[in-house]
Order: sequence, then structure tokens, then C-alpha cells
Amino acid sequence: MKLDVNKPEQSVKDSDDAFTLGPLQVGPACCNPQPIIQVKDLSLHYGNKTALNKVTLDIYRGCITALIGPSGCGKTSFLSTLNRLTDLISNCRIEGSIHVEDSDIYAPTYNLQMLRRRIGMVFQKPVPFPFSIRRNIEMPLREHGINQRNEIDSIIEQVLRDVGLWEEVHDCLDTAALNLSGGQQQRLCIARALALNPQILLMDEPCSALDPIASGVVEDLITRLRGRYTIVIVTHNLAQARRIANYAAFFWVKERAGHLVEFGHCRDIFETPTHQLTAAYVSGARG
Amino acid sequence: MLETVNRIWRSGYRDLFAQTIIYIAVAFVCVVFIWILSDLIRGGIAHISWDFLIESPRDAGRAGGIGSILVSTLLLLLVALVVALPLAWTTAILLAEYVPVTSKFGITVRYSLQVLAGVPSIVFGLFGNAFFSIYLGLGFSILSGGLTLACMLLPILVSTAEAGLRALPDSYRLSAAALGLSRSATLFQLLLPAAAPTLAAGLLLGIGRALAETAALLFTSGYVERMPGSLLDSGRALALHIFDLSMNVPGGDAPANASALVLVALLLGINIFAMKLAYGLQRKRII
Repeated sequence: MKLDVNKPEQSVKDSDDAFTLGPLQVGPACCNPQPIIQVKDLSLHYGNKTALNKVTLDIYRGCITALIGPSGCGKTSFLSTLNRLTDLISNCRIEGSIHVEDSDIYAPTYNLQMLRRRIGMVFQKPVPFPFSIRRNIEMPLREHGINQRNEIDSIIEQVLRDVGLWEEVHDCLDTAALNLSGGQQQRLCIARALALNPQILLMDEPCSALDPIASGVVEDLITRLRGRYTIVIVTHNLAQARRIANYAAFFWVKERAGHLVEFGHCRDIFETPTHQLTAAYVSGARG
Repeated sequence: MLETVNRIWRSGYRDLFAQTIIYIAVAFVCVVFIWILSDLIRGGIAHISWDFLIESPRDAGRAGGIGSILVSTLLLLLVALVVALPLAWTTAILLAEYVPVTSKFGITVRYSLQVLAGVPSIVFGLFGNAFFSIYLGLGFSILSGGLTLACMLLPILVSTAEAGLRALPDSYRLSAAALGLSRSATLFQLLLPAAAPTLAAGLLLGIGRALAETAALLFTSGYVERMPGSLLDSGRALALHIFDLSMNVPGGDAPANASALVLVALLLGINIFAMKLAYGLQRKRII
């Protein structure tokens, strides 16, 4: 079935409560930063190659932290150490520590499934599974032990409303997710991650595979999620980082390994950077 | 000016030439198929009736039908699939999901399967006769024939299933892991359903190969044309019946043609079903 995205009158009635987002806590949470993830001296090696060298940084609760820097400086690698997706890469080695809410996620006893439930992830290219829209969200829920039909249905509606997709797809939940447009697919993937009720969302250039309009929709969505979720986002779009992020971390390649050059309030990074490299990069002189 | 026209004309001429060659080759392939089919229909259609399909052969196959032969053929197929499918698919899962492509173990298994695929079926027949019929004491029976067929099907089933699983994008595995799905859940809930079209295609390919098999069954399931009473009875496969009628039975040409027609119809039916299935799944993009 072909979706008509611009269908105007379809159920105008429930568009009033279309976005039932929780109360946003903008500002205060970030003025009084509370670290939710603490990264200490993190190094990452692929075989003999060092991808990240001694990164130390805190991710603050409820804020959006943007990771910026040129390609190949380890931003994506850094992101995937946070939910231990690096475990899937066979020759990948990690040093240092990452604590999420004060527990070491690399401790051998740490429950990996729970970690990934608490930390959702959205990839650069949308990855809808080749199922129906409904099953895309339902399958992970069932795997995490949520089996009640009505509970699942209400979660599906909730998260689809959260990402602004409900109006567009509520009458075709059983059609293929692959038939959605790129922007819709990406929002579905965000909804799928939100369905597990994570505290933290990792986003790896979520807008870079989308056209400007779809990208704008996703960006607005990310802004609306601030406060409810802690968001770490990798982006090459500096203007986007500047628009949405509270904090920014600037990575750079030194001696073929990624380093964290500067971390701080987004405004400071862009307006009064302390490091020369940062200044050159954000002004567009380098990178 | 004239030169340009000339060149365009010459390249157009070359295109036309290449196109003609391709069309002739395609026409040739179709003609061969139609020739064989029309020959079979001409020789066999008069002999085919409902009675022919359900009666047992009489007078060495000159009279009667192929009922018992069909039953034996289906039983052979059933035994072969019941044994081969679980073995083949678990092997394919191991090779595609759990063993790195470059590991010694994987290479060894894959290489031995390739060798197995290249073994002539008469050699399988002799092996089946020596091992299943004589060493294991199964005699000339549907069971030993089916087990021999299973050995023959393994390479096809494993390689198609492995290729199907490998063709799935890695982003599925990463996304599933990021959603906190366990490895087995990823396999059963996502990868196997997503690979179902290729699994089905491989299965149908295997069925086709098994239905057409003659040499391997000559030494293992035997050629007793009675209705089999159990799996330990000898039973004659359809392909073997055709061979016997046309080579050893004077005046058996009409029933041989009719049997061949039934066999071809079966194979065609299976192929068309397979294509329809694959096409339908692709079109719906839902599994």
C-alpha cells in the first residue's frame, strides 16, 4: 500500500493530543549537570590500530551531547563503546572504564541485555526490519518480556505519536516497513528504540541519509526528546549540532588515533573555543 | 560530419549484431525446452489418465499405472528432506553466523561441501549401497535410498542457506544487538525469517534434484515396483521407472513417456510455485 504522507484531514480529531510527550525539563537539568555516563581513559583498538586514545568525558542527564569532528576520528567507535556494540567486532579491544549510573558496564557480571535496553541506538542509515511496521516495534518488546497485547498496542501508539509518525501510518500498521520513505523509516527506528523505554539514546548521524525536509523533521523530534532522554548524537552537520546540542565534544585525529580535543557547553565550543583546532574546525577553516 | 554519421551507423550496426546473437541464443534455449516437452506430450499424453496415476504397474510397467512409484518417490523425498534439512540448515547457520569467514574450520567445512557437490551421483549410489544397505543392514529400501539422497542434498541446501544468511545486511545484526536482542533471538526472530525466501528457494532446488535422481537410487532403494509397505521396503523412484521402461522393457515407450511427462509436470509445478513464492515475498516485503 502506498502511503499518502500529506493526507490532510485524516482524523483531525485526535491531532490535538497527537504528541503526548512528557513534561520537558529543558534548562535546569543542564544548568546543574549530573553525569549519567562517565567515561575514563577510554582507549579502543582494532587489532594493532588505535581508534581512540584516552578519552575522558561525562555525559549529562537529560541533555543532548553532540560529538563532532572529521570522518575517521573515532566518533562512531566512541558511540558504540557506550552500549558495548563493539563486542560484536571480533578484534576490538577496550581499555579504561565506562560507568553508567555508577556501575561499570564492562564488568563481566554486567547484564548486557539490560544495558542495551537502557541505552537505545539509532544508526546512520535507517534499518527497518523486513516486517510490518507493527512487528518492527513489537518483536523487541516481546523479546524483553512484554507480551500483553493491549500493553504492546498502547506502547506502539505512544512511541509512534512521540516520533510524529502515528498520523501517517496508524491505518497501515500491518504493511511493510520497507515501503515507508527514508525519513519515515528513520523515525520508525527511533520509535523502535524508544519503545524499550531507554534512558539514553545514541544517535549516529541520524539525519545524514535523509533529505533536508525529513532531516528537519527528525531534528525537531530530537529536540523534543531532550529532557526525557539523555541523547548522544554524532553529527557532521555543525549547524545542526549548534542548534540542538547542550554540550559538544570535539574529536580530532592525532597520530592516526582519535583524541578528544575539547568538551564543553555547546555555545562555548562554537563561540569561545579554547583549542586552536576546535576554532579552526567550527569556523570551517579546517576539517 | 559524414564520418560521425558513419561511426554512429557502425556502432548501431554492432549493437544490432550483438542483440541478434543474444536473441538467437535465447530462442535456441527455448526451442530445446519446447522440443523436449512437445515430444513428451506427443508420446505420453494419450497414456495419462486418473487410473494411470493411481494404479500400480502391471506387466513390467507396460500396463497399469505409476501409483506405487509415485508413493515410493514421495517417501524417498520425505526421508531425504527430514534428514537433510535440519543438518543442512544448522550447518549453514553455524557457517554464516558463528564462524568467521576466514576461519580454518569454516574453510574446511565449505571446501568439503564443495567437493561433495561435485561427486557424481553414481558414486553416492555406491557409497549408499556399501554403507546404508550393506554395512548398516538396511538393504534395498526406501530408508537407505532416502538417506543417500540426503547426503546428496546437503551441499545444495547448506550453500543456498548460507548464502541467504550472508546476504542479509550486517546492519540487521547490529540493530538487533542494539535493541538488546540475544543472539538466538536475533537468529530466530529476524535473520531466519528475513532469509526465508532463499531458504525456500534452496529447498525447492533440492526437491527438484532429489526428484530427478536415478543413479544413486539404483543401488540403494532398488527397483521393486510394488506399493511399499514400510520404509524398509524397496521402492522404485519415478526417474528410475522411466529409465527401466525405456531401456529394459520392450513396448514400454508410451508409459515411459507418460511417466516422464508426470515427472516434468511435477518439477515445473515446483519451480513455478517457488518463483511465485519468491516473487510474492519480494513484492510484499514482509515475511
